[in-house]
Amino acid sequence: MVKFLPLKQAVAENLNNGDSVAFEGFTHLIPTAAAHEAIRQGFRDLTLIRMTPDLIYDQMIGMGMAKKIVFSYVGNPGVGLLRRARDAIENGFPRPIEVEEHSHAGMANAYEAGAAGLPCAVFRGYRGAGLAAVNPNIKSVTCPFTGEGLAAVPSIRPDVTFIHAQKADKKGNVLVEGIIGIQKEAVLAAKRAVVTVEEVVDNFDDLHPNLTVLPRWTIAAISVVPGGSHPSYAHGYYARDNAAYLEWDEIAADREKFQAWMQANVIEKSAGDFAGRVEHLRKAA
Amino acid sequence: MSATGFTPNEMMTIAASRALKNDDVCFVGIGAPSAACNVARLTHAPDITLIYESGTIGTAPDVLPLSIGDGELCETAVTTVAVPEMFRYWLQGGRISIGFLGAAQLDKFGNINTTVIGDYFHPKTRLPGGGGAPEIATSSKEIYITMAQTKRGMVEKIDFFTSFGHGEGGDHRQRLGIDTSGPTLLITDLAIWKPDPVTKEFTVVSLHPGVTRQQVQESCGWVVKFAEALDETPAPSELELNTLRDLQARTRAAHEGTGKAKAA
Repeated sequence: MVKFLPLKQAVAENLNNGDSVAFEGFTHLIPTAAAHEAIRQGFRDLTLIRMTPDLIYDQMIGMGMAKKIVFSYVGNPGVGLLRRARDAIENGFPRPIEVEEHSHAGMANAYEAGAAGLPCAVFRGYRGAGLAAVNPNIKSVTCPFTGEGLAAVPSIRPDVTFIHAQKADKKGNVLVEGIIGIQKEAVLAAKRAVVTVEEVVDNFDDLHPNLTVLPRWTIAAISVVPGGSHPSYAHGYYARDNAAYLEWDEIAADREKFQAWMQANVIEKSAGDFAGRVEHLRKAA
Repeated sequence: MSATGFTPNEMMTIAASRALKNDDVCFVGIGAPSAACNVARLTHAPDITLIYESGTIGTAPDVLPLSIGDGELCETAVTTVAVPEMFRYWLQGGRISIGFLGAAQLDKFGNINTTVIGDYFHPKTRLPGGGGAPEIATSSKEIYITMAQTKRGMVEKIDFFTSFGHGEGGDHRQRLGIDTSGPTLLITDLAIWKPDPVTKEFTVVSLHPGVTRQQVQESCGWVVKFAEALDETPAPSELELNTLRDLQARTRAAHEGTGKAKAA
């Protein structure tokens, strides 16, 4: 049953060294505060899963926490490359990492299959694409009815998924709205799920019945962390801090600058600092 | 009335925008494709359906998004769906008429690399990868490509097949069981290219104003074929150029306007 916990405790109780973990969010609602807490607690040998491993995975890879990444787009959207991830892949710094690369369609289908309890996902994909030759987890199957050749990938079943969402009600049901990305599937595919939320409300009685709600019994822990997805955004709460994404490109370009930034902005900070980071963005939302 | 004083990049974006029709359903890539699609929407194609892979269908942003998931895209969309639905129902389901892609490396058959420069397992440069592109390239009815010409970008042989164009040319797509048309148009900062109907090799069909054949060849890594009847791309109109520049000015103000970030 879901527990409301301080973020520090929620991370400590649900993440372990060597876990496969998804901090999901498709540009919107990225669980930055949860990732920063994982960095402060110093987990090692993680398999990091995410369709779009942006700043928080650059940070975790740069801190040497990842042994493997599973992804479909390892970039800073609209800005360029992820420089700490590149350094790890190209130069093995600070440690070599294993890479399992898919397309967005491949990962979306794999999460959905995970949520559905299936061993693999089948879809029309990777035709003529080079990834099928370099990723042994991309195979093909023949449709038993039409004979059509289709791609198959193993389902994604993370040990733990972290997401950020707008609201929980007092019982622990969670509401996600706006660009809902892959978060619902990532939660339902995982063995355990931890959700950070902007706020807790009494109930969802006045909301539209078709909104995306994760029932409380699908979630292990909820932590209230206002601003917890900065520099990403929370639809209806605060806007995306595009300047921070542009600035990250410069910070991550230099190994020492990166370390200094992580020390000052992650290691020496806490989840409580996120609310202040989004103050100037609230009026733009 | 034609404008003067436009840059090659502005000509590219405007030429690309003209290729889009009002009834197109377009899967939009970030960067130059996004600018072209929105100029089309703000000029001759007000009802065009723009789809970004974050799940926004029929979006009409006032500024260009920095990422495929900016809040503006959702707020102005007809509807927003989950990412699996986007790729399963809308793209794989055959609802997209035009997939609009950019490229880091491109060959003469419209094959695109955005994955690595060098060997995949020991890359010289690790690029972001395909994202949605491998399936956009095969499930959209047609593919338009836009990129600024350089010898490093337009190469005889790409280092990695991120997304499949016409392969080795001819009927290579059909032989792989792909029944969509693939790349049918390439718009660069110097010219408009279309595939030869038989060989599928991109051929220059129109030079932008003031551009010579020699310039096109000097900034391209393969031996360029030119159509016998070579057109000149009409210069941007005042409306087109002003629309693009206003859009980019709004975009710059919006992305810099949030102030210096204190943390990420």
